[in-house]
Amino acid sequence: MAALIELKDVTKEFNGQVVLRGIDLVIEQNEFVTLLGPSGCGKTTTLRIIGGFIDPTSGEVLFDGKDILSVPSHKRPTNTVFQRYALFPHLDVYENVAFGLRVKGANIEQSKAISQLKKEYQETIKKMKNEVKQAKLELRSKGFDKEAYKEEIYKIDGDLYKKIEEVYNEKQEKIHHIKQTNLNKKDFEQLVNNKVTKYLKMVGLEGYERRSVSKLSGGQQQRVAIARALINEPKVLLLDEPLAALDLKLRQEMQYELKELQRSAGITFIFVTHDQEEALTMSDKIVVMNHGEIQQIGTPEDIYNEPINTFVAKFIGESNIIPGIMKDDLLVSFDGVDYVCVDKGFAKNEKVDIVIRPEDIDIVPLGKGILSGVVDSVAFKGVHYEIDVITKDRTFTIHTTDYQKEGTKVDIVFGPEDLHVMEEW
Amino acid sequence: MAKSGNILFKNHNKQKGKRNLRDVLGLPYYIVVLVLILLPFLIMILYAFSSTSDGTFDITFSLSNFGKFFNEKTFINTMIESLYLAALSTIFTLLVGYPLAYFITKLSRRKQVLMIALVTSTMWVNMLLRANALKQIIDMISPSLMGSNFVIILGNVYMFLPFMVLPIYTVLAKLDVSLLESSADLGASSFKTMTKVVIPLSLSGVISGCMMVFLPAATTLVIPKYLGDGKRFMIGNLIENAVIQKHEYGYGAAISIVLGLILLFFMFLLKKTDKYDEVLDYEQ
Repeated sequence: MAALIELKDVTKEFNGQVVLRGIDLVIEQNEFVTLLGPSGCGKTTTLRIIGGFIDPTSGEVLFDGKDILSVPSHKRPTNTVFQRYALFPHLDVYENVAFGLRVKGANIEQSKAISQLKKEYQETIKKMKNEVKQAKLELRSKGFDKEAYKEEIYKIDGDLYKKIEEVYNEKQEKIHHIKQTNLNKKDFEQLVNNKVTKYLKMVGLEGYERRSVSKLSGGQQQRVAIARALINEPKVLLLDEPLAALDLKLRQEMQYELKELQRSAGITFIFVTHDQEEALTMSDKIVVMNHGEIQQIGTPEDIYNEPINTFVAKFIGESNIIPGIMKDDLLVSFDGVDYVCVDKGFAKNEKVDIVIRPEDIDIVPLGKGILSGVVDSVAFKGVHYEIDVITKDRTFTIHTTDYQKEGTKVDIVFGPEDLHVMEEW
Repeated sequence: MAKSGNILFKNHNKQKGKRNLRDVLGLPYYIVVLVLILLPFLIMILYAFSSTSDGTFDITFSLSNFGKFFNEKTFINTMIESLYLAALSTIFTLLVGYPLAYFITKLSRRKQVLMIALVTSTMWVNMLLRANALKQIIDMISPSLMGSNFVIILGNVYMFLPFMVLPIYTVLAKLDVSLLESSADLGASSFKTMTKVVIPLSLSGVISGCMMVFLPAATTLVIPKYLGDGKRFMIGNLIENAVIQKHEYGYGAAISIVLGLILLFFMFLLKKTDKYDEVLDYEQ
């Protein structure tokens, strides 16, 4: 996979306040990348910098290896699904989706090709003229007598005009050729119609063409926003918390559909959210951000299982975080007891934090576990119970499907692979 | 109002008191409508359709006032000229006012308040004084211009610019910035964004602005009086002459009614052009 977008040391300040600090990020082709973090962490700012709505204070944004910071947003190969969709209230569903095609016009490719041809023509002419100039200079140095010199010059100039005429005719013919492929209005309408129908079908909104966008539900509006962004066939789709306004059921449905869309359309998605579950479900790669800095980049499994610091551990799911000491490779100590673990590579006796996920701890009858404690509180969470167990040194939060009565004396147990050791933060 | 009233009416007695209170609160409004709008209107119609013009209330139905108006060519010409100048004035006010309103919305919040205060500041001065001031300035620069279409239109633009700027500004200021961003995002240059998003969405402001300028410009008394140099008469002046100098109340009323109907027709046309009316209703 090739790097499609590269952010190099991107920093953004608003009125002297730093909102992004030294962001380095590589996004590859066809990746589903999620920028995850609490509100105000700079994830939306990062997205808006890629989309071209704000300029970074310093740093580089490369697209296919080329700097795109000087490219205005309407010329970037990105399209955006905005947080509140930003559908045009004066246009119906059809016209909203068709907007991108219409502003580009019927014959964008042709006019691009023509302007390219004209540029090439100008360059060829310039080159030819330079050559002639050079030839004349050389002629002068050869020391012909006056008459012969004049004749030679005359010949060179004649050749030049002939050549220019040839090139000019060639160019005109090519332009004529291109212009013949120009679409007329009727054909363009047909093309627009085909494409709009295709994308409305893709998002499941056939038959809604003439609906006013203000009369659509949140989910439908969101689909229109996606179809509208996809119709331009962007290389990258930027999504700014597009599911935040939807209810849980619809949100889960859309999560699935977006993921499907990304797979089938082969587009790179950059997705901004503060919902860790959403990020874990959908992403190929998660970028956890806080206070304008990237905390960790990795696959959902990496981020969940091997959080790099306590912020990531706390933000991605719930966890028990315990300060301890790394006694040796594969041996960690907390609350005065040594435990075997699977982490290594720390300095001897380095102070560390240990994360134990609540679902990794099991409650067992008294005398059969590692630590003993008393059930302090029980909360029903739907799929599981959240149980707090007070042991001698601390309270452990445990997720389990088995009910325990408050005040029961129990033991808890966890294995070496459940201890995630991180540098102290 | 009517709907909620109905619902309340169906409800308990307890809420009847509330309803009465609401009716009482509406009283000043009803009085204003009745005494200051409906009653004068009825009197005007009465005058227009009766043949008495000497002030005694000996009323007989007649269309003679209208007949007189439609038979007098100069009056009809004046009417057409007034409407023509009002239309031109509206167009020029729009050409000045729209960009002005647009650029004000691009300023910082504090500067916007300041600019709006500046734009409306001309309204703090009495209209007669302003017209007189403009007259003196033109007298100073080029007296030969007095009474020309240019000066009349200039006067109208000067007088009514705030009425154009304010409604357009209000609509533009409410315009969601993310719409402009999404337009750019979809590939529209700033010019295309202007023509395809900003102008369509501010059409309602443009239309109210045009009404606010066209109506007073069509019936203005002050502008031709001060800037007409005694040779320009507009429909407003004719009505004034008929009523105040010649005491032909019926005749004045008839002209007013004809003018009113024509203006009503123009308003109808203007309203028709606002195809996004419904959209903005919903937004509010």
